Order: sequence, then structure tokens, then C-alpha cells
Amino acid sequence: MKMELIQPFINAADAVLSQGLQGATKVGHLAMDEAGYRRKGVAGMVELSGDIEGRIIVDLDPQTAVRVASHLAGSQLPESDTLIRETIFELANQVVGNAISALNDQGFHFRVHPPMLVTAAEGDKTSEDVEALMICFETSLGNVFMNVALRYNKRRMSDHATAGR
Amino acid sequence: MEQFAAVKRSKDGQPVRYLIVDDSVFARKNLARMIESFGGQVAAEAGDGLTAISEFERTHPDIVLMDITMPQMEGIEAAEKIVQAHPDARVVMVSSVGYQENIVAALQRGARHFVQKPVKPEVLYEVIKYVLGEDGVVATAANTGA
Repeated sequence: MKMELIQPFINAADAVLSQGLQGATKVGHLAMDEAGYRRKGVAGMVELSGDIEGRIIVDLDPQTAVRVASHLAGSQLPESDTLIRETIFELANQVVGNAISALNDQGFHFRVHPPMLVTAAEGDKTSEDVEALMICFETSLGNVFMNVALRYNKRRMSDHATAGR
Repeated sequence: MEQFAAVKRSKDGQPVRYLIVDDSVFARKNLARMIESFGGQVAAEAGDGLTAISEFERTHPDIVLMDITMPQMEGIEAAEKIVQAHPDARVVMVSSVGYQENIVAALQRGARHFVQKPVKPEVLYEVIKYVLGEDGVVATAANTGA
């Protein structure tokens, strides 16, 4: 997976988390997720289709999810509150939205699908075609994990190239 | 949350009434808190474009805050249908998907403004004042009787 695809998502997550949590964030760990995705806690997934397709998962362990959601809601939420899941969805949505805004300015076109809850403990293994990158953002409220698996839609890209001739 | 000088309707001095449209409960609650800090009132909420249209017909809000990516009917289409039926409707798109193509499409189809998520309260406040124009007035200590 090319860094030019990943960087907008890292920048967007950094901006969204810094603003939302009102504190600095740091990219703590970045690694290829070769063994397949393993959910850490409350996870929201946003799928993309278009010139680039794939999915982004924002994943927080349960305690961090409660802290983050409570901070953003402005009041302490119980661990069972559905608003916690909604908050993680919205975080994922904002990260993806901001990232694809930057990618769109580079000429890529997408459709963003509404966030979904990830319930499976593990995901499919990655392949040569679709690699996944796991990025950990260290925040004052705990670690926020983002798993990015994207690939160029070769047919769409070749259509654009043909049209651009 | 920071408190802002209340923005009222100039015709009757009443709070500005808002319809909040977003499929995220969290996003709706967050916007509702901001609106309250502007001295406004939530007239209704909707989680998709279709419900937004029926809630607009039911409540006739002063301003609609409309997300774009939603199930059933997306925000730009809902905005267009509302504005076609009510040309005076003030629809402000509020979305994380803030690329130029989307913004232009929304404005061409009747939206008055675009605010990118994550929403900064001070930005939304200025947009609200701009969109209301002469139909809104910022309450001061003198005209609130304080």
C-alpha cells in the first residue's frame, strides 16, 4: 500500500483526535497488519468505493472508548451506553471524511458508506492485493487504533487514464 | 461548552429553531449542545434525508443542519427537495466530506453554506449569523433586558 494513500488518513486522524480531545496526539506505532485484523474493543468500520476501495476501522479498547465518548459527550457515560458506539462511528466518519477530502483534491473520487459496527473478533487475513496498516495514536485518554486496508481500483484508474488521453 | 451571545429571530425575538439531520446520534447531540449555547432551540431531529423532509414539513424550522452521508436518502438530495418545495429554506450542510466537488454540488442544489466536521462552535456560530442575515439578531444585554 502506498504511503500517499495512507498519509491523508494519518493526518486526518491526528487532526480529528487533537481537536476532539483537545490535546496533542502522537503516532505511537505503525505496522503492517499481516496476521489479520484482531478487534481490540469498540470498533467502527467505514467502507470506501470508487477509485480507491477498501475499509478503515477505528478501534478503541472498552475503557478508552468510555473515556473518549464521555469527553466528547461532555458527561460521564456508562460502559453500556449506545452513545459510546455512536461516538466511535462518528470519529471514524470524521477521519475518513477529512482524509478523502484531501485525496479528492488529488483527483481521486469515492463514495463513503455509513459506518458499521465491527462485531467479529478477527478479520480476514490481508493479501498482496489488499494490505492493511495498523496505526496507533497515543492520546491523553488512551490509545486509538486505526486499521487501514485500501487498494487502487485498477479498472476505474485505467478508465480515468483513458479518458485523460 | 463556551456560551455565545444568543442569536434570535429578528421578527419576534424568539429563539432560532433548528432541524438537525445526521445519522449519528452522537453528532446530533453534539450539534444540539452547540445550538443551545447559541440560544437556539432544536425543533426536530432526523437520522436520514427522507425523515428530514417530513420533519421540515412538520416543524418549519428557521435553519436545517444537514449531514451528507446518510442511509435511505443522502443529505444533498434531501436539501434539494426541501429547497424546491420551500425556496426560502435555509439549509447548511455539515459534513466531514468537505471536498470541493461535494461543496459545489450542495450549493448548486440549494444549500446556503457548508461546515466541515469536526465542527468548531465558533465557526458554526458565524455561519448561522451569516445565513440568517437580517432575519437574525444577536441579543445584547440591552435588548434582552438584562
